[in-house]
Amino acid sequence: MTTMQSILTIVAVVAGTMLTRFLPFLIFPEGKTPPFYITWLGMVLPYAVIGLLVVYCLKDAVFSAYHGLPELMAIVCIGILHKWKKNTLLSIGFGTVFYMFLVQNFFV
Amino acid sequence: MKRKALKAALPYTIPIAIGFLFLGMSYGFLMRSKGFSFIYPMLMSLFIFAGSMEFVTVNLLLSAFHPLYAFFLALMVNARHLFYGISMLSKYKGVGWKKLYLIYGMCDESFTVNCTVTPPSDVDRGWFMFFVTLLNHIYWVTGATLGALLGYVIQFDTKGIEFVMTALFIVMFINQWEEATEHRSALTGFGCSVLCLFIFGKESFLLPAMALMILCFTFYRKKDRGEETR
Repeated sequence: MTTMQSILTIVAVVAGTMLTRFLPFLIFPEGKTPPFYITWLGMVLPYAVIGLLVVYCLKDAVFSAYHGLPELMAIVCIGILHKWKKNTLLSIGFGTVFYMFLVQNFFV
Repeated sequence: MKRKALKAALPYTIPIAIGFLFLGMSYGFLMRSKGFSFIYPMLMSLFIFAGSMEFVTVNLLLSAFHPLYAFFLALMVNARHLFYGISMLSKYKGVGWKKLYLIYGMCDESFTVNCTVTPPSDVDRGWFMFFVTLLNHIYWVTGATLGALLGYVIQFDTKGIEFVMTALFIVMFINQWEEATEHRSALTGFGCSVLCLFIFGKESFLLPAMALMILCFTFYRKKDRGEETR
């Protein structure tokens, strides 16, 4: 990607993000009630999108040589650690270090 | 008036500061390890200011140029802001020019504080919300920039560091799973994505997956409604 293409990509992401933030205030200026369908989508989509993002992160691993085995091991590790300690930053930090250890030493 | 509001807002943002500095730094460090100058994470954290989407943008920048796809992905990933905005319609009313910045900087954490905390009566509400948003914004940009700068100094084998994004989403998935009363939404999102990944392949599954999700939700809504009226 050229620098110009990178900038355009970032601008597209900024535009998409800002649209989600400003839209409610633009269409419902004062006292107008938003349709329930929109409110409801804003409520249920976050739960669905995290599932999408998890799949997005693993899309390359699934089709790779190890078919996502190191990823699966790290995810199980994160799941157990998170259930046990319930510390978001600890789970993310330890999970990443564990994955790096796996792919640098065993799944090279 | 401003000092008082800043003093009232600061304590609420301290726990957020820790999280933002840690995540922001790992984001900046990740971008640097993928060969980007620190300018990228600095400006992206300043202008996008939506953590998950910034991590995803790293991947977008490393794959083929497709701005429309980036736009729709940002729209979906950040759809929750629609819900935040609707909840804040009345709260952000009557705060003057600050309203623009409050909307611009409405991330999950700023929304949570501004939505749930009522400042003491002698503190200006507008300035209080403004400082909550501004402080969080500063923590995030500082973290991202520091992380990238660290990437110039510290050298080690960073192979696998991109897993920090997967780890972040896995933990968010678990957290959401535990606080949700029903898992239909989470399962729909996951199911549609896996299905489309195998049908359309990894290069082009995102848009169909998002469309299928919206379709499923519209169908659920119709079905639930039908059950209500019966």
